[in-house]
Amino acid sequence: MAKLKYYQAFNRALREEMARDENVILMGEDVGESGGIFAQTRGLHAEFGGVRVRDTPIAENGFVSAAVGAAMTGLRPVVEIGFEDFLTCCMDPLVNQAAKLRYMLGGQVTVPLTVYTFGSGGVNAGPQHSQSLGAWFVQVPGLKVVTPSTPRDVLGLFKSAIRDDNPVLCLFAKRLIGSSGEVPDEGEDFTLPIGRSEVRREGRDITIVGVSTMVRVALGAADSLAEENGIEAEVIDVMSLSPLDSAAIIASVKRTGRLCIVHEAHAPCGIGAEIIARVAEQAHGVLKAPPLRITPPFAPSPFAPVLEKAYLPNAARIADEIRALLA
Amino acid sequence: MSNISQETVLGMYRTMCRIRYFEEAAAAKYKDGDLPGFIHLSIGQEACATGVCATLEPSDYITSTHRGHGHCLAKGGDAKRMMAELFAKQAGYSQGRGGSMHIADVAVGMLGANGIVGQSMALGVGAALTAQVKQSGAVAVAFFGEGASGAGVAHEAMNMAALWRLPLVFFCEANRYAELSPYEIHVPIANIADRAPAYDMPGVTIDGGDAIAVFETVQEAVARARAGRGPSLIEAKTYRWHGHYEGDPQVYKPEGETEAEKARDPIPRLEAVLKDRFAMAKAALAAVHAEEKAAIDAAVAFAEQADDPTPDGLMTNVYAQAEAG
Repeated sequence: MAKLKYYQAFNRALREEMARDENVILMGEDVGESGGIFAQTRGLHAEFGGVRVRDTPIAENGFVSAAVGAAMTGLRPVVEIGFEDFLTCCMDPLVNQAAKLRYMLGGQVTVPLTVYTFGSGGVNAGPQHSQSLGAWFVQVPGLKVVTPSTPRDVLGLFKSAIRDDNPVLCLFAKRLIGSSGEVPDEGEDFTLPIGRSEVRREGRDITIVGVSTMVRVALGAADSLAEENGIEAEVIDVMSLSPLDSAAIIASVKRTGRLCIVHEAHAPCGIGAEIIARVAEQAHGVLKAPPLRITPPFAPSPFAPVLEKAYLPNAARIADEIRALLA
Repeated sequence: MSNISQETVLGMYRTMCRIRYFEEAAAAKYKDGDLPGFIHLSIGQEACATGVCATLEPSDYITSTHRGHGHCLAKGGDAKRMMAELFAKQAGYSQGRGGSMHIADVAVGMLGANGIVGQSMALGVGAALTAQVKQSGAVAVAFFGEGASGAGVAHEAMNMAALWRLPLVFFCEANRYAELSPYEIHVPIANIADRAPAYDMPGVTIDGGDAIAVFETVQEAVARARAGRGPSLIEAKTYRWHGHYEGDPQVYKPEGETEAEKARDPIPRLEAVLKDRFAMAKAALAAVHAEEKAAIDAAVAFAEQADDPTPDGLMTNVYAQAEAG
């Protein structure tokens, strides 16, 4: 095992896939010689050249659509959208083109497109640079959506996304970019299946499903619940929003009888709502307490650090709400 | 005078007849209630699709608009499978999942009609990008209309194509109306091609009813693209005889306008060239009409007797199942 930072795992995944398959190209704003805002693409331009590592104009609609056209004709484009909020600038190529072309052309094409972006808050980036919009895309058949939270998951899921013959949206988290973790050694071709969640901590009393940044927050809450109250929480990292591994979540809820979902996205029609719906549909009657959804309030993400701190779910809030639920 | 061959001109004539008969049949069947949804016809614009595609190889790409029947036929699409798609049958190109608005034959390089105005231009950038990265020697032609010319993606696409010197031709069919409104509502300048210098690419406006002019202009742009000298913008002034969609009452058209345009029908115009320049006999040209009419009649018969898709296929092709590698 080796230790890598989140952005280094990203860079390694991309480098390995570009070396493995000459049809993989990288395009986006500042992905070239500059190496990107977070140094995430550093070295790739030098290694693979300007034909395959291509800076684009600031034109998300145009260059994502171009990537769709390239994917239909034999390339495997990987496209950076710097901030998750900017996905709103390329909704048409993602939703109307990439997601539907294979279906509406009767299987005449595949669209092996990977779009990655950096979402989540916690870095005082304000209302237009802090959003988590993954659930929007879960409503679109034809797309897959993954949310890796550790360097290992970044490596495994990003590589799988690039190899997948479907359009995959990889939602990375800005706040986790500098975080470290164990990853398989260089030279090991490590991938993780899209559509599977993982249990990060086992427990008997409640199932906490975390999305992206909220997994480690939930683990923090679980530690304090165990130490202070003897409550053993099971923490599941959802990892993939679409397909959603509801079987693993439901199996856990059947053991614990209680469910809490924590995400940075807003609550209405979010992934938490979907998980609760599936539990209600497929495991009716197993819940011993009402399900909990812990999310930011229904307001844009504020700039002021003091406000954003109050806005985002934290370990203390999660632990408090679970204590109240179990009291 | 042009040195275009008789074979090329006659081939274009045949293609234009095929498109005309195909769309006339579609219009009639739509009126009878046999075609679900809605369809957009390009009758009167046949010289554009035909002249463009006559310059291309099967390995070249085109991207199309919501008015794409002519593009698909001209690129080599099979009228039977196209008509079956319009009839929403399983034997259609897209197994009845796309219909008229997404008509496509990817095997001949026709990457699809598209329901989102302007996206043909950026999808075309992508096809040209593939050709450039793979050094395949292919070129792409992106069809669009004057309505799309005002979309942001039109600028984005032309800007990228010029920046990257892509093997791409932007071909604007300025057919007088964007949906229900005339050119002047959408475009503040007389010619869309006049925007080309802003992208440092050649731009030219031509008569879109003159198949030979379309062919020769596009041929030059395609040669330029294939030689690695970058994109071009060609605007063909043409006219949409029918409404935006079939059933459109066309209240916005001045009285007599369509009739005046019909007097400049591009098919007889090309027929005149075959007779005058190549001394072709009337009977030979009538035979082309008869053959193409019969082929379209056969396509309609094929589509009418073809099977409907079955509900057990609702989930087919939502996702590609196999992972690569």
